Amino acid sequence: MTGSLSSWQIWQVINMNNLLIVGQYVPTNSIVHRMDPRIKMLIIFFYVIFIFFANNIVSYALFTVFAVGGTLLTKVPWRFIAKGLTPVWFLIVFTFILHLFVTKEGTVLVNVFGLPIYSGALEQGAVISLRFFLLILLTSLLTLTTTPIEITDGVESLLGPLRRFKFPVHELALMMSISLRFIPTLLQETEKISNAQASRGVDFRTGPFRERVRAVIPLLVPLFVSAFKRAEELAMAMEARGYRGGEGRTKLRELQVMKRDVAALVIFIIVVAAALITRDYS
Amino acid sequence: MYAIEFKNVSFRYEEEQPYVLRNVSFQVEAGEWLAIIGHNGSGKSTIAKLMNGLLFPTEGEIIINGIPLNEENIWEIRRQVGMVFQNPDNQFVGTTVRDDVAFGLENRGVPRAEMMDRITSSLEQVRMQDYLLHEPYRLSGGQKQRVAIAGVLAISPSVIILDEATAMLDPLGRKEILDTVHHVQAAQQLGLITITHDLNEVMQAHRVLVMNDGEIWTTTVPRELVKRQTELQQIGLDVPFVTQLAHALERQGITLDEQPIDHEELLDALWTLHSNK
Repeated sequence: MTGSLSSWQIWQVINMNNLLIVGQYVPTNSIVHRMDPRIKMLIIFFYVIFIFFANNIVSYALFTVFAVGGTLLTKVPWRFIAKGLTPVWFLIVFTFILHLFVTKEGTVLVNVFGLPIYSGALEQGAVISLRFFLLILLTSLLTLTTTPIEITDGVESLLGPLRRFKFPVHELALMMSISLRFIPTLLQETEKISNAQASRGVDFRTGPFRERVRAVIPLLVPLFVSAFKRAEELAMAMEARGYRGGEGRTKLRELQVMKRDVAALVIFIIVVAAALITRDYS
Repeated sequence: MYAIEFKNVSFRYEEEQPYVLRNVSFQVEAGEWLAIIGHNGSGKSTIAKLMNGLLFPTEGEIIINGIPLNEENIWEIRRQVGMVFQNPDNQFVGTTVRDDVAFGLENRGVPRAEMMDRITSSLEQVRMQDYLLHEPYRLSGGQKQRVAIAGVLAISPSVIILDEATAMLDPLGRKEILDTVHHVQAAQQLGLITITHDLNEVMQAHRVLVMNDGEIWTTTVPRELVKRQTELQQIGLDVPFVTQLAHALERQGITLDEQPIDHEELLDALWTLHSNK
């Protein structure tokens, strides 16, 4: 093993950038895990909108309790949640500091290096950071408690009405699920090609950055060629198995709204209503 | 009525190009196992794709269970003719075994309640019922092919085609697949067509059709076929070890009563050789 990459390392590279929603799922089979993905997505969608209506302690407290309570219900260990938040910690802190120095409201509290810090700035910075934190926390719960395929099903169902406008909802969902299914296959293949190229002397690990990038080319070209070949064969196999688009198709995986989903939705509506009532209107 | 009937079928991909198939005619009866064998480029895989309407004949006619193959009834024909391809990975559509078997049923609008029963029973037939929620990357090649067979069985076809379905498997996986389809075929009286370039795999078939350069070279039973060792080698097919041994013995002056087709028959012929004389 000189210069080749294992599929685990490639996996990590992909996950490092958080480009993919795969691999973050933590199966604890909590009540949140068992919820209908559509309800989860709807709640998150409206949470993201309504949190911007909060403007005092009570309304923010309500949204905070909802997000933290939801997190506790997932039974996902805190370190997984913290890991999901790592890339945005910097942003949250940065936003806070920026507000500290830029906002000029209220009374001057203290002077840092000759720059005055206002009381309003502290408040504003804390509020914006909290809002940011809550948004990230709640949205990360979706990928932590929902498998990619459930998300796909949820998206397909939620986008269903768009079918009337000729939007290819079914095709989109099928593309997503086929991509998910082929990720491990293509990773294995990448490992194989990487080993084959390394055995011919290609070095992926050492040398200047530019040369390492160049070393990836003999990895990508065969990978693409084989991916296209796979796509062609898969298309043929699908046709042979009677696939002809979404028309008249039934589905094995069916989403069902259960009591727990209704309960979650009712709690969410109460929280939002309470926040809208208690917020300042002056 | 035949399960499959080819009437003077010729095929070429484009005009001005040479024919890949020339004037091919044959029939497969319901419940019959026909093996199609030939070297690479002999046209055997083209035959498979023609039977399922993945390609249409340039000339001639194909009739499946009395229904002529054309654009209109192609979906009905695809329901009756199930196909398993060579690469186990490139025909696995679902994210789990259950979803993959369901794919064909979903395509045909089978109600959900019925789907579950059909999935369970077809997975039982290929002995993969314990892997219901496994993802494809956790399965071996042979297991993936068995799931593919289950996916075909779930739509209850009348004919199953295996297009080099064992070519990418290890010897154990290969045996697994052939035993599975043999068992299922016999139990349900299905028409079975196996396409291969390996003579070892045709020995259990009822009939063998040998393709060479786009034409039918011969149609016969396996036992008769292996007698023509030198001719087979001329068209690029390797004769099984058992046959080679039998021929070698013959050259040494030891003639076996009947051409053996597998190890067991060879063994029986050898140990009874002396007492027969």
